[in-house]
Order: sequence, then C-alpha cells, then structure tokens
Amino acid sequence: MASNAPAYRAARTIPTRRGLAFRLLDDRNFLGVALIAPAAAFLLVFLAYPLGLGFWLGMTDASIGQPGRFIGLRNFISLAHDSVFWLSVFNTLLYTVVASALKFALGLYLALLLNRRLPLKSLVRAIVLLPFVTPTVLSAIAFWWIYDPQFSIISWSLIKLGLIHQYIDFLGSPWNARWSVIAANVWRGIPFVAITLLAGLQTISPSLYEAATLDGAGPWQRFRFVTLPMLSPIIAVVMTFSVLLTFTDFQLIYAITRGGPINATQLMATLSYERAITGGRLGEGAAIADAMVPFLLAAILFSYFGLQRRRWQQGSRD
Amino acid sequence: MIDVSRRQILQSGGAAGLLLLPGGAARAAPTWNGPPPEPGASIRVLRWKQFIQAEFDSFVANTKKFADQTGVKVRVDAESWDDIRPKSAVAANVGAGPDVIFGTLDDPFKFSEKLLDLTDLAEYLGDKYGGWYPVARKYGIHDKRWIALPDGATGGCMNYRISTMRAAGFDEFPKDTAGYLKLCQGLKKAGKPPGFALGHATGDANGWCQWCLWAFGGKTVDDNNNVVIDSPETVAALEYAKQLYGTYIDGVLSWLDPSNNKAFLADQISLTLNGISIYTVAKNSPDPALNAIAADMDHANMPIGPVGRPTEQQNILNTYAYTYTKYPNAVREYLRFMWEKPQVDYWETQSNGYIAPPLPAWNDNPIWTADPKVTPFRDVLKYALDDGYSGALGAASAAVMGDFVVVDMFAEACTGNKSPKDAAHDAAERVKRFYSA
Repeated sequence: MASNAPAYRAARTIPTRRGLAFRLLDDRNFLGVALIAPAAAFLLVFLAYPLGLGFWLGMTDASIGQPGRFIGLRNFISLAHDSVFWLSVFNTLLYTVVASALKFALGLYLALLLNRRLPLKSLVRAIVLLPFVTPTVLSAIAFWWIYDPQFSIISWSLIKLGLIHQYIDFLGSPWNARWSVIAANVWRGIPFVAITLLAGLQTISPSLYEAATLDGAGPWQRFRFVTLPMLSPIIAVVMTFSVLLTFTDFQLIYAITRGGPINATQLMATLSYERAITGGRLGEGAAIADAMVPFLLAAILFSYFGLQRRRWQQGSRD
Repeated sequence: MIDVSRRQILQSGGAAGLLLLPGGAARAAPTWNGPPPEPGASIRVLRWKQFIQAEFDSFVANTKKFADQTGVKVRVDAESWDDIRPKSAVAANVGAGPDVIFGTLDDPFKFSEKLLDLTDLAEYLGDKYGGWYPVARKYGIHDKRWIALPDGATGGCMNYRISTMRAAGFDEFPKDTAGYLKLCQGLKKAGKPPGFALGHATGDANGWCQWCLWAFGGKTVDDNNNVVIDSPETVAALEYAKQLYGTYIDGVLSWLDPSNNKAFLADQISLTLNGISIYTVAKNSPDPALNAIAADMDHANMPIGPVGRPTEQQNILNTYAYTYTKYPNAVREYLRFMWEKPQVDYWETQSNGYIAPPLPAWNDNPIWTADPKVTPFRDVLKYALDDGYSGALGAASAAVMGDFVVVDMFAEACTGNKSPKDAAHDAAERVKRFYSA
C-alpha cells in the first residue's frame, strides 16, 4: 500500500492543476489578455520604446558617446531661431505636398488606364511596378547621373535633338534642385499609388457603371459619382501612406544632393541625420525628428478622417 | 640594447637622420615595451572602403602578416567614408562593435572618453619617426592624452592639365592667390575651365572653401573658441572666391565628391582639387585617352594667400580604438605593427602614394620621388591646418563642418544669393549656435 502512495497523490493533484488551466483558458478575460500580450509586448518594445526614447532624447543635450542631461524644451527653442531648420520645414512641406499631389493624380490616371482592357495587361502592370521594386539607393544614383550637370542623358538627348544648346543645370540652382528631387520622388512613388488604386478599382461592381450608363451618365459623371466615391476609402489609406513616406524621405535626397545646394533640398529627415550623426548632436537631431511628428499627425488625420467622411464618399459637399 | 649598425641606419633612408645626433653619433632608437597580445585575442577592424584596390590589398596583406606573426585573429571590414561616422558613433554609444576604427578627421573627439589611451604608443612612434607634424598632433591629442593615431591624409592637391595651363600663359603653377586667380581666368578663356565642388561634398567642397577662408585670414573661431567668422578677412575671402566661381564650369553648386573626378577624366575641366586618385585611374587605365590625360596632368600644393603661409585643409585619416575592447594589448600591438615603417612602406608603394605621411621619417619612400607628379602629395600634412582652426577640435568644430556652414557661406556669396557681408554674418549666427551650446 505504501508503495502506491505517491501515485495516489499524483492522481489527486493532476485533476486540480488541469482544472486551474482549463478554468483559466475558459476565462474570456484571461484568454484575451494572454493572446494580446505577445503583440502588445512587440509594439511596446519595437514601437513605443523607440518613440519614447526619441522624445526623451529631444529634450536632452545628448551627444555621441555622452548620455546627456534633461534640458526641457531648449533644443526646440534653439531650433526656432535656426534659419536652416525653418528652411528644411519649408522644403519638407513643399516636397510632400507637391510630390503627393502629383503621385495621386498620375497614379490615379495610370490606374484607370490599367483597369481597361489592354493587350499584355499583366506585363504592363509588372513594368509599372518596376520603379517601386528598384532599391531606392539604386534609383537615386540613377537620378544623380540623369541630373548630372555634365553627363545628363536628358540634356544630351535634347542637345542632340537641337532643342537646347547647353546642359541643363538640374541641381545647380535652389529651385531647379527642388523640382528635380520632387520629380525623382514622384517617379518612384507612382507605382505604389497606381497599383493600390487599381486593386480598389477592380472591387467596384460593373453593375454600378451599367446602372449609371442606363441613367444617362457620361464618362466624367461615372467617374465623379461612381468611381471616386467607391474608391475614396482606398485613396484615404494610400494617400496616408504616400504622405508619410514622402514626408520622411531620406535616401533620395541623401544620395542625390545631400541637402544641397545651399540647403535648398534639405528636408527635416536629412537635417536630423546631419545634426545627430554627422554633427554629433543627438539631442538636437532627435528634436528635429520630434518636430516632424505634429506635421505627420496632421497629415494622417486629414487624409484618414477627411477622405473617409461618408458625405464625401457619397459625392456631396460638407 | 640597440643592435643596429650605422650602415643599416643609413639604408633606412630618412629615418636615419633622426637616429643621428647632430654630431653624427648614433643614438638609441626608441623601443616599444608594450605588453604582448592577450592569448587567444581576436579583434575587429573597421576601415574606409578603398578607392584604390591595391591600397586595400596591401593593408589586408599587412594585417595578415601581423596575424601570422602574433596569432591574433583580425577581421577587417570596409565601409564607405560616410558610413564609418555613424557606425563609430553607434559603437561609442552602445559600447559594442569594432575594436579599432580607421576613420577620419575629428570623429574621435566626439566620444573621447570611450577611447583607448594611445599616448605611450603615439609617443613611441613620434620619437622613432621624427615627430608628428603639428596638425597630426592636433588630431591625435585630447586633454593631453592621445586618443587617436593619425595615419596620414588622402592628400588633396591641385590637379591640373599642363597643356591648358600653358595655353593660359603660365609655365608653372602659381604659388600665390593673385596668380592663381589669373590662371583660373586663363583656363576659362582657353576653353577648359576649372571645376571645384560647391555642393555638400564633404571632402572636396570643404577642402577648397576652408583653404580660401584661411588664406585670407578668416576663420570660424579664434584660439579661445570665440566666433570670429563675421570679419573683413572672411568678406575678402568671399569676394575672391566669387571671382574664382565666375571661371568655374557650370553646375559645381550641385557637385558631390565624385563629380570632379568624372569631369576631369572626361576632359571637361583642366583644374580641380583632388587626391592622387584621378592620376592613378588615368595612368593605369587601358584607355589611351585617359593615359593621355595622365601624361598631360600634374599636381601642385595650394597657393598661399595674403596671410603668407600655407592654409590647406586635408582629409586626415584618424584611427582609434574603444575602451570596450577585450584585447587592448592586441589592439595596441596591431596598431604599432601597422605604423612601423616596413608595413607603411609596402602599403604606400602599393597604393602609389595615396596616403600623405603624418610622420616625416615616412617621407623617404621612393614612391614619393620616383614619379615627380606624386611628390606634392607627400608634403600636404606639413601645410595643413585642422578643421577647428584656430580653436579646439571637438563637438562644436565637428558640428560646424557637418552642417556645411563654411561651404554654404561660400555658395551663397559665390552665386550672389547673398552679399559676402550677409553671407559671413549669417554663417556667424549658425556657428554661434554650435559653439554656444
């Protein structure tokens, strides 16, 4: 009998443990917390912590190799008196607004074209995606050559065609440089907008167009009152991402101009890098990055909530 | 105990003179008494990516020789200039990464507390090889402690086409700024203008803009780090640069570091500021057109301005090691080995004199005189000033350089975007932000 005692005890305890586990797994509140915990931990470690650290750094005088001390808003006050910072704010807003608008208009136009019956439709769609799948640095270096004041293929072609007599100085004056980097960004960003909107267009039921045609709607009216409202949720998402990616662009600028000439293409992202890493002032660099957040939030709120308004989707004004 | 005969001393060339007392008697060559590498040591080295393959290959060969002799495992990684800076910063911040970094300029001054003290090694090398040039000492010492070992400079010299210079009416390269301006004007008239970067080109744009500023007596800060860039001397430098800019090829405002190499090798410009790389590429190319450019080009040191002495700005190569290394003895021994003359001679010879020496005793390598076109590069560190001139090197000087304050000031004045006075005034405001922080 004595030799059976442990087995007996085990037989008594196991149902108790299983019972606790089963009870917990049956508890909807516990299960919810348990299932969300890994995702929450992931977000906390990889999103919330870096963001919080960025804000903290922005309020310190940290430099490379030095932890820094809390200085409140002094970095922001100092930046408020920095002409280069304000120039970078202007450049970033111009870059984002113009490039995003062009990407939307051209991307939508391309999506509408690709939505039609085209010969070799799949091949054409694959070609359209090429600028997007090309590594950014590679396309930036290509544009650096395209815009080269001595070796530009565009200038060379135009001279050969007899249309111009000297090479175009694409990057050699502030405004030329601004438009040139915007064009490079548009070239790179159009496929993302076009292909995503094309996916949206293909979800619109053809019966809606048939009904509109029977009601006497012309092509513009079909676009205005059927396509656009049905597409607006997709547009909201696409443009949110597009604005975010454009506002935070770094690689194109860094590879083509390094923010020059005379800071004419200096964006907030490139200035943040220049001050934090090249110049060694981590606190100030972080403050510039932090200063991007309100602009980004405003852009997100506008495009996300604005474009999702039901009245807009239904084609009426506010 | 020195076991070196007089004959051997004389065979070692220029260093020999340093080992002789004025009276001719040999004195003891300094000896290195550092501890041997730790058993089982393994170190990681990060260096700048090569522009000349043979330079990198000889560096790796020297490293392998060290590994074979000592048993220390050494891994060498290479990254572009611009990537070394952030990586060295991250390594300093997180306390992990490469043990040794072959970097540039004043980077080590940004995190000097995190760096291994190399004072004993630097003093040994200085004693042995004729004493560090003043600019090398400035880039090595922080708070009376050697935090870095300068390994030279990718020396920038005037690269010019001999035939175009002659067409402009000059038989030899002018030595002062007045003659230099006339040369530039002549080159433009001759149809092959000069070309100097005015975009955010770290090496090339800073190189000629800082030279010009200092040549006329301007400087960002004085000896006590007071901001003095808004001065009549700076305005004079900007007025002069504006005249130079008028002779340049179109588009220099957007030029980055590789742009002038491309334009020179494409036969579009006749004068620029660059290292030896243009000449090396042209000389070793299988293309006869490039060989012809190499034959028709030469080099000169930067002209001297009204201040009456050389004022060159050079891309100093600076090597440092972190205190977090597990093998500080192996690191010091590796650095000592790489800085000893046999290794340096091999490295310099293979790279065709790409790196200008920081120690005078390295100058006797025949590579510097076998081809007279290379000789001007040998001496650039004799003539160079440091980036923080005439203040201290540190976070503020690095920030001013990193922010392209001087380059932007020249670009604004040269293009007429601002008057020289306004450009100097605005630059002073920008510099003050960094020096007052």
